[in-house]
Amino acid sequence: MKRMVFEEAVDAAIAEAMVRDERVIVLGLDVPMMRAGLHARFGPDRVLGAPISEGAYLGAAVGAAMAGLRPVVEIMMVDFIGVALDALLNHAAKLSGFTHGRWTNPLVLRMSCGAGYGDGGQHGQALWGMLAGIPGLSVVVPSTPDDAYGLMTSALAHDGPVVFLEHKLLTKNWLEFVGSGGRTTLSFDVPKAGHEGDVTKQPVRLGSAARRRTGDDVTLVSLGVSVHRALAAAEQLASSGISCEVLDLRSVRPLDTASILASVQRTGRLLVVDEDYRDFGLSGEVSAVVAEAGLPVRFARVCTEDTIPFARHLEDAALPNVTRIVTAAQRLMGAPAQAITRPLQLTEVAPGPASAANHQPRALS
Amino acid sequence: MATVDVETLYRSMRRIHAFEEAVRELWDEGSISGEVHLCHGEEALAAGVMAHHREGDAISCDHRPHGQFVARGVDLRAVLAELMGLESGLCAGRGGHMHLFSKQHLIATTGIVGAPAPLAAGFALALKRLQPGAIAFAFSGDGAANQGLFFETLNLASVWKLPLLIVCKDNGWAVTTYSRTVTAGDHVERARAFGFEAESVDGMDPLGVSEVAGRLVAHVRAGKGPAFLHARCTRLDGHFLGDQMVRTVRDPKANPDAGRTVVENLTARRGGRWTDRVRGLFRTGQAMLRLRGGLGKKNDPMRRPFALSDEARRRIDAEVEAEISAAVDAVSQEAA
Repeated sequence: MKRMVFEEAVDAAIAEAMVRDERVIVLGLDVPMMRAGLHARFGPDRVLGAPISEGAYLGAAVGAAMAGLRPVVEIMMVDFIGVALDALLNHAAKLSGFTHGRWTNPLVLRMSCGAGYGDGGQHGQALWGMLAGIPGLSVVVPSTPDDAYGLMTSALAHDGPVVFLEHKLLTKNWLEFVGSGGRTTLSFDVPKAGHEGDVTKQPVRLGSAARRRTGDDVTLVSLGVSVHRALAAAEQLASSGISCEVLDLRSVRPLDTASILASVQRTGRLLVVDEDYRDFGLSGEVSAVVAEAGLPVRFARVCTEDTIPFARHLEDAALPNVTRIVTAAQRLMGAPAQAITRPLQLTEVAPGPASAANHQPRALS
Repeated sequence: MATVDVETLYRSMRRIHAFEEAVRELWDEGSISGEVHLCHGEEALAAGVMAHHREGDAISCDHRPHGQFVARGVDLRAVLAELMGLESGLCAGRGGHMHLFSKQHLIATTGIVGAPAPLAAGFALALKRLQPGAIAFAFSGDGAANQGLFFETLNLASVWKLPLLIVCKDNGWAVTTYSRTVTAGDHVERARAFGFEAESVDGMDPLGVSEVAGRLVAHVRAGKGPAFLHARCTRLDGHFLGDQMVRTVRDPKANPDAGRTVVENLTARRGGRWTDRVRGLFRTGQAMLRLRGGLGKKNDPMRRPFALSDEARRRIDAEVEAEISAAVDAVSQEAA
C-alpha cells in the first residue's frame, strides 16, 4: 500500500506494464513533458511525442495495436476527440466486430476530462456517454487513485480499445497545468479523497461498480468527481433522515447493471448524478436498464444540461453540485408515486384549418 | 533492388482482373449486396507495387481493396465468401467488401477515405520496433489526398521516420468530382514538401510501376524514411458497380434520369441567369466527356501490349481462369 496522487497511480500502472511488456508504448502530444518520469525511464522510443495531429496519431495507434504493440495514446482533453473521432468510431471500435473477433486492437486512449476550473465549454466536457454509445469500446472513469491504478492495469491487459478518462479536478498536474498556472489566488473544489489516497495495486475489473456508501432510501448512481459530490450530499441528507446508497460506476461501458439493479430493488428510488450531458446519455441509459428490468422506481437525475458556461459561478451551478443533488433527493423522497421530477407536458399540435372543426384540443386524462 | 519479370507481373494483373470480373458477375446476379468498388484500371499498379511486398510487410487498403488482397495471396475463396456474406468468409461475413481483414497476412481495409494512411503509419510504427526491415504499404486515391488525415499522416510519418510507402492511386476522380478541379498543387510536390522521397509513374505500365516502386521500397526498407508513389490509373467501372454516371455515358437512352434533371432545371421558367445555365450545361457535358474518355481502350492496362509470347499469355490466362473458376464454383456451391 502506498499513498499516491491520482496521476502517480495512473503512471505507476503504466510503468509496471511497460516493465513487464516491451510492446507497451506511450504516445501523444506532450507526453515527453507531461509524462517526464516515464520518458526518462523508458526513453523516447517508448514514450513518443507527437504533433497536434490527433486524427493521425490515434489512427496510427490503432494500426500499431493491430500490428502487435499495446499503445497508450494520450489526447490532452476529451473535448479534442472531435478531430480524431474517426479512428475511434470507425476503426478501433469496429475491428473486432468486422473480423468476428479474429483481429483485435489492444489500445488505451487516455484523456483528461471534466469542468470546475473555469476553462469554458470546449475544455471541460465529460463526453463519456457519447463515447460509450459506440459498440466495441470500453469507457472507464475512475474517481480515486486506487481505482485509477486498478482500472489502468485492467485497461492495459484488455485486448480491445479502452477509453480512460481522468478528471482534471482529481489530477494535480492537469489542474496545475490548465487551471491554476502556479497561482495561489484561486481555489478549486477538489475532492480530497479523489485527489490523493492509498493505492492497493489491485486490478479493477472493467464493468464493476463500487458501493461507496450503504443506504436504504435512495440509490445515488455516479462516477468521477460527481461520486464525491454525491457522497457529500449523502452526508447532508443523512442529517435530515434520508439514507442514501452511493454507487460509483467506475465503468460506463461495460455498465455494471447488476449492481445498479440490486441497489435500486432495495431502495426503490434512483438518482443519477452525472457530469456528462443529461439528454441521450448515461443517465437515460441507467433509467432504461431499470425500466427494462421492470423495477418500480422513482427516478431523477442531476446532470449537465447545456453548454458549460465560462463564468465560475455559472459553471458551478451548471455542474452536478451538492445543493442540486440534495434538492433532487428530497424531491424523490417527497414526491407522490405517480409524479416524476419534471411534469409531463404534451405539446398541442395546432390543427390545420380544414380539420379544425373536428379536432378539439384534448386534455390529458 | 529486385527486378521483376514480365511474366510475374502479367500473371498478377491477370489474376486481379479475372477476380474482379468474377466479382462483377456475382454482383450482377445479386449475390453480393451494397457498394462494390472494383479495381479495373489499377491492375498494373497493384501488380507492380505488390511485386515488392515481402512476407512480414503490412498493407492498408481503401474501399477498392481487391487487387491488393489477390496479389497478397489471401485465399480467394475466403474473400469471395466474405463478399457474399457467408460464414466461411475471411471475416465470417461480418466485414464485407469494404472491411476485409486478414491478420495472418497483415492486410486491412477501411471504407473511410483517407484513413489507410494513418493505419499504415501505425503498422509501420509497430514493424519498426518489432520487425526491423519490414515496411508498411498504404493504398489510397487522389481524392483521399485532400483529407486532413492524409496531410497529418505525411507530417507524422516524416517526423517519426516511419518505414511507410504511401501509394496514391490517381484515377482522376473523387467519387463524381474531377479531382484536379478541387486539388491545389501537385501530389508529388506536396509529399516532397513533407520530406517524403516521392516519384510519379504511369500506373498503367506494370514494368514502369515495378521499377519505380522497387526504388522507393528500397529507400523505405533501408530505414531512410517514408516514400510516396503517385501513379496515374483509371477507374473503368466508375466509382462503384452500377455507377449512374458511367451508365449514363455508356447508354444515355436506357439511363435518362441524370440528363432529365439537368434539362428540367435548365429549362425551368424561374431560376438563375441564362449565362449560368449555359455554363452549367457545359460543365455537366464536360464531366461526361471526361468520364467517357477515361473508359476507352487506351486506358485499360489489360489491353496494352506485353512483351510476352502469345503462347505464354494463353498458358497464364488458362491457369488463372481455372484458379478463379474453382474459387467461384466452390463458394457458389456453398452459398446454394
